[in-house]
Amino acid sequence: MMLSPDLPGASSGVALSIENLHKSFGTEPVLKGLDLAVGRSEMVFVLGPSGSGKSTMLRCCNRLEEPDSGEIFIEGDRLTGPGVDLNKIRQRIGMVFQSFNLYPHLNALGNVTLALRQVQKMPRAQAEAAGLDALDRVGLSARARHYPAQLSGGQQQRVAIARALALKPSVMLFDEPTSALDPELVGDVLDVMRDMKAQGMTMLVVSHEMKFARDAADRVIFMDHGRIVETGPPEQIFGNPQEDRTRAFLSRFHG
Amino acid sequence: MDALVEQFFNLEIMAKALPLVLKGLGITLLICAVVIPLGLAGGLLAALGSVSRNRALRWISIGFVDVFRALPPLVLLIFIYAGLPFAGLSLSPFVAVIIGFFLNNSAYFAEILRAGLLSVPKGQIEAARSTGLGRAQTLIWVTLPQAVRNVLPDLLSNVVEVVKLTSLASVVSLGEMLHAAGLVRSITYNASPLVLAAGLYLVLLWPLIRVIGRFERRITH
Amino acid sequence: MDRFLDTFFNMAVLGRYAPAILDGALITVVLSLLIVSTGIALGAGLACLRAYRIGPVSFAIVIFADVWRALPPLVLILLAFFGLPNVGVVLSSFMVLYLVLMLVLAAFAEEIVWAGITATPKGQWEAARSTGLSFTRALVFVVLPQAVRMVIPPLTNRAIAITKMTALGMVIGVPDILGQATTAQSFSANASPLTLAAIAYVILFLPLVIASRWLEARFTPPGA
Repeated sequence: MMLSPDLPGASSGVALSIENLHKSFGTEPVLKGLDLAVGRSEMVFVLGPSGSGKSTMLRCCNRLEEPDSGEIFIEGDRLTGPGVDLNKIRQRIGMVFQSFNLYPHLNALGNVTLALRQVQKMPRAQAEAAGLDALDRVGLSARARHYPAQLSGGQQQRVAIARALALKPSVMLFDEPTSALDPELVGDVLDVMRDMKAQGMTMLVVSHEMKFARDAADRVIFMDHGRIVETGPPEQIFGNPQEDRTRAFLSRFHG
Repeated sequence: MDALVEQFFNLEIMAKALPLVLKGLGITLLICAVVIPLGLAGGLLAALGSVSRNRALRWISIGFVDVFRALPPLVLLIFIYAGLPFAGLSLSPFVAVIIGFFLNNSAYFAEILRAGLLSVPKGQIEAARSTGLGRAQTLIWVTLPQAVRNVLPDLLSNVVEVVKLTSLASVVSLGEMLHAAGLVRSITYNASPLVLAAGLYLVLLWPLIRVIGRFERRITH
Repeated sequence: MDRFLDTFFNMAVLGRYAPAILDGALITVVLSLLIVSTGIALGAGLACLRAYRIGPVSFAIVIFADVWRALPPLVLILLAFFGLPNVGVVLSSFMVLYLVLMLVLAAFAEEIVWAGITATPKGQWEAARSTGLSFTRALVFVVLPQAVRMVIPPLTNRAIAITKMTALGMVIGVPDILGQATTAQSFSANASPLTLAAIAYVILFLPLVIASRWLEARFTPPGA
């Protein structure tokens, strides 16, 4: 599936749309008018040098960072601006962090069910069933009673994915999900992401896993200095990049 | 040697003092039972204020904590008990003690809880907020449990300090344990009741001090 | 408002008793300096002694530190002030206050410095000993300098808390700030001397509290 980046947000085929997004830290502009639309069930990969604004864009998508201006829509519902029930809408956007951020005082199931119980007010039995189901999707239902400290990094990240999945989000955001992992543990996390894609999840992924991007992504975006420099299918971006900056960045990666 | 035993370990006098001292122990524990929860609550509020994004609230909270950490608790207690009556506000010794110790302990608990709150990584809060938990829910279910766990030895140490602090209530004639022991001493001219009280403080606090030591070792290693 | 000012900030009373409270402040400061310098030195010395791990010595140090940390200082002050004369040891109230608070601080300082010594990685000892340093030299030149950084914030907090207890001297008649203020208050039938005392303590200790906050931020390693 290919979508042009300037599709209007309310379109039915679009899960997440970002329009003219600006964000500065102090006087330093980080995002300079970003437009992006992610279609339903699409997996979009975001590449770019550090400081290019990838993570900031992702974090604006559930307003962990407050955008300075611009609009963000999730399935046509506006996320930005006043009067939005942020906690409600955040449940429709799953977020996976580089450092997992599992709650160390709760076991895997407790991590997954906390928001179900406290925000969705699910009864305990129902929440635990849903939590186990989510853990099962990442292959860890057998570890439900383990605490984060008793799990490997890869397992922790999969629990973090289950924590987001349990809320049945429309979109999942991944902020360098494998950067903090030992190389031999990366594969398990990527396998889970591949499964999610096969089941039709919409995903926006910031990552340096080039090989995975080439295999699994529907579309790759190259960002630099707060702007989208180039966008296209992986074959094009990796095989025949149109922009000099993209080429320079990729050549550094291939060494 | 005999004089020493006679003066400090006179069992006969200790036996006579025991009922009064035990009654005093009851009041000591009562003060603790009131002041510790109040101090924790006040301390939590001040700690939250001191890490707030609102600058005015932050400065007021830190100012409160620092002033009451600078003021000796006995000065505070005497000011409340002996100073306020001049302004027409007479408080019973018990109420004066509770107010004074509440202010003092809120400051100390606040400083400990503040360190605890700051020890929780920012990513924990972001993860919670990203799943739709509100500010208060994040505090209750994610930040606070970790904060408390990280500073548990310090919180327990402060509980020990509160128990020791209650001895100051004797100065305003509240009949807690030290006051009771001092009373019997002044009648008998013998220090054994004070030794008895000291012994009871040890029984009460030594196990706690050992437990804290073990906690601290577990955390540093 | 007038009544409030007259009760707590009566200028005539304040003026009359300010010199006495200033005298008291001098005593508080001298006592505090003596307590802090000797108490911390004794505590650090005991912690170093404990590092040699001589069974009975370590045991005695642990008992001393535990007991003096568990007992309320006021209990110890009263015991020393009222008990010791009966067995022929007569100390001035100043001496009693100094000795008790110095030993209390020593007990806490011993535990804090000991924690710093044990928290120094074992590899540091091994590296020092492998280059031929004796145990004592390894302790003095390698381990203690590292421990000092760790122990400065808790030691500062504890030293402030204990020097504030010089106010307990009032109970046995030490003419420190609080002692002077309570005397003045009973003579003047006015709360202003107590206000003055409170202000004096805040002036003396608030800078220390703020300094301890700064030390904490400076010396506490991130994530600890």
